Amino acid sequence: MHVPDGFLDAPTSLVTATVAAAGIGVALKGARRELDDRTAPLAGLVATFVFATQMLNFPVAGGTSGHLMGGALAAVLVGPYAGLLCLTVVLVVQSLLFADGGITALGTNVVLMGLLTVVGGYAVFRAAQLALPKRLSMVAPAAALGAIASVVLSAAAFVLLYAVGGVVPIPFDTLLTAMLGVHVFIGVGEAVITFLVVSSVVAVRPDLVHGARRVLAVRELETRLVSS
Amino acid sequence: MRTVSDRTVLVVGLLVALTLAGVVSFYASGSPDGLNRVAADLGFAETQQASATQGGPLAGYETAGIDNSRWSSGVAGVLGCLLVLGCSWLLFGARGRDAVLARTEGE
Repeated sequence: MHVPDGFLDAPTSLVTATVAAAGIGVALKGARRELDDRTAPLAGLVATFVFATQMLNFPVAGGTSGHLMGGALAAVLVGPYAGLLCLTVVLVVQSLLFADGGITALGTNVVLMGLLTVVGGYAVFRAAQLALPKRLSMVAPAAALGAIASVVLSAAAFVLLYAVGGVVPIPFDTLLTAMLGVHVFIGVGEAVITFLVVSSVVAVRPDLVHGARRVLAVRELETRLVSS
Repeated sequence: MRTVSDRTVLVVGLLVALTLAGVVSFYASGSPDGLNRVAADLGFAETQQASATQGGPLAGYETAGIDNSRWSSGVAGVLGCLLVLGCSWLLFGARGRDAVLARTEGE
């Protein structure tokens, strides 16, 4: 969903760039608490994996394609602060070297595909974790719910931004219906990929998955209770 | 319970990413993505401006100077992965063995 240059006017792009910069500032501080010597290299791997997977456009209904955004995936794997930094690196490299997503739209893309997918995706993931049984097997389904929600949120946010700063006047409802109609399907793809990746890592090394920490803590506590 | 080492996770993960970007990406759908499709359908696609980086050597996930499209996109994908890996390891301050990998990625 990389927004190109020319879709949104300059004031709107300036505002989104400011919001993006503020978000990155917060994430730089927060990521220090999320990452240690062991998980920092993993965050680099997550960024690389998101970049690679964003190249894989999958077909959705009627001659349209979509690809993973990866915000929910990154947030569940390495935490929301580090996750936003992962997405930011990916979006900056894509914009500057691959001409994917505009330069003046970089702030917009960091907000839509980084900030909102990370925060929205992680919030829904945490809410799902609270509602679902506290088991390791529930981490990937919760992440998948966060993933689909993050794509729908991102698409809806684009519609809001376009209503404020879009260059062409398009009726709000028309744009909202069109964007949500296609992005629900892209969100299903996002959920499937997120589920597969999170469940793979959880199966091999659950201790490396940020979103599994609370569940692991509960499990260790239960083990101790039984053995004592 | 630690059956798979950190190193193995990193190496396998990296190989998967490189394979996806370098090989599998060739088979990705070439249809317009959701936003571009909606923009075309609703008539605001033409306000799109070419990115200032459109003339770059990796623009559009094609490597300048490589005519074979499979190699062109594959090389671009692999270089992109290494760049993202290098940038993020610098950002996340991974030291020691990771700095070595970040350095080999070069410019």
